[in-house]
Amino acid sequence: MPVTYENIATTTLGSTQTTVTFSSIPGTYTDLVLVISGTVSTNQNYALRFNGDTGSNYSDTNLFGDGSSALSNRRSNQTVAYIGVSGTNPSPTISNIMNYANTTTNKTIISRSGYATGTAAQVESRVALWRSTAAITSIEVSQSSMLSGTTLTLYGIKAA
Amino acid sequence: MPVTYKKIASVTVGAGGAATIEFTSIPSTYTDLVLKMSARSSNTNINTKINFNGVTTGYSRRNLQGSGSAATSANASDAYIGPITGTGNGASIFASTEVYIPNYAGSTNKSYSVDMTQEDNATLSYALLFAGLWSNTAAITSITITTLDSAFNFVQYSTATLYGISKS
Repeated sequence: MPVTYENIATTTLGSTQTTVTFSSIPGTYTDLVLVISGTVSTNQNYALRFNGDTGSNYSDTNLFGDGSSALSNRRSNQTVAYIGVSGTNPSPTISNIMNYANTTTNKTIISRSGYATGTAAQVESRVALWRSTAAITSIEVSQSSMLSGTTLTLYGIKAA
Repeated sequence: MPVTYKKIASVTVGAGGAATIEFTSIPSTYTDLVLKMSARSSNTNINTKINFNGVTTGYSRRNLQGSGSAATSANASDAYIGPITGTGNGASIFASTEVYIPNYAGSTNKSYSVDMTQEDNATLSYALLFAGLWSNTAAITSITITTLDSAFNFVQYSTATLYGISKS
């Protein structure tokens, strides 16, 4: 039985961190799934940067609910792509990075995240774009204060 | 290469219907759980709720909902995970729900995310996102899904599958 959903790498933080990088990502999968489970001390977005690209080549649009209102925001020409909100209570962020290894299209990311209680609690769906046709070989995840115990796992999904 | 996304158990409701969909004796050997459900009510469409380990307290949620004409958001101290279709939605239409539970066997409070949709080509169509929290540090060993009205059962052909995801 072929394995179609494989763990590429996992990091569990032993102390507060602001960045975690997945490097040397093989180009043998079709899509990637990044799962972040943990807590933060400051409610800010998780952000992604690919292949060390620090240019203003990222944009994203979100739809979120804060428990009383439904809202949407857009960011253009940014230096990172936001993928979701994090909270001081445990919260999952799941990002699907489609067709990450192809060299003909820009890269899209679909994410969902949210936390039920606490300061600025909200649930969110977000789509992001990295304007580059390069295959993704590294992913830098950043957030101002990812706390000890937070787990970041990168999975690869094969088409067959 | 170890299998990282593995089916733990599956439930298919038979001809008599079922009041609950339940998974018990969940092994602690995975990292995350994913529950995928396709379900329909024996009566009109009705909200469903989740509970872990038979515990009915300590739940909270924040959700975002689109009805096709409006987007709204709500929050409450309950374990709702969205509605399922019923007699008002047309024949043979089932709602789809996915619940992702990271770190279910850990010693922290348990968060979960829910994606739920029901589409009936009419006005009772919804797309919902939930952020849920069970404020309990116990490892999850059972999951029970019920409707909010004990008179409303899950009909035949409703299915639910529980998957375990390993990080290695």
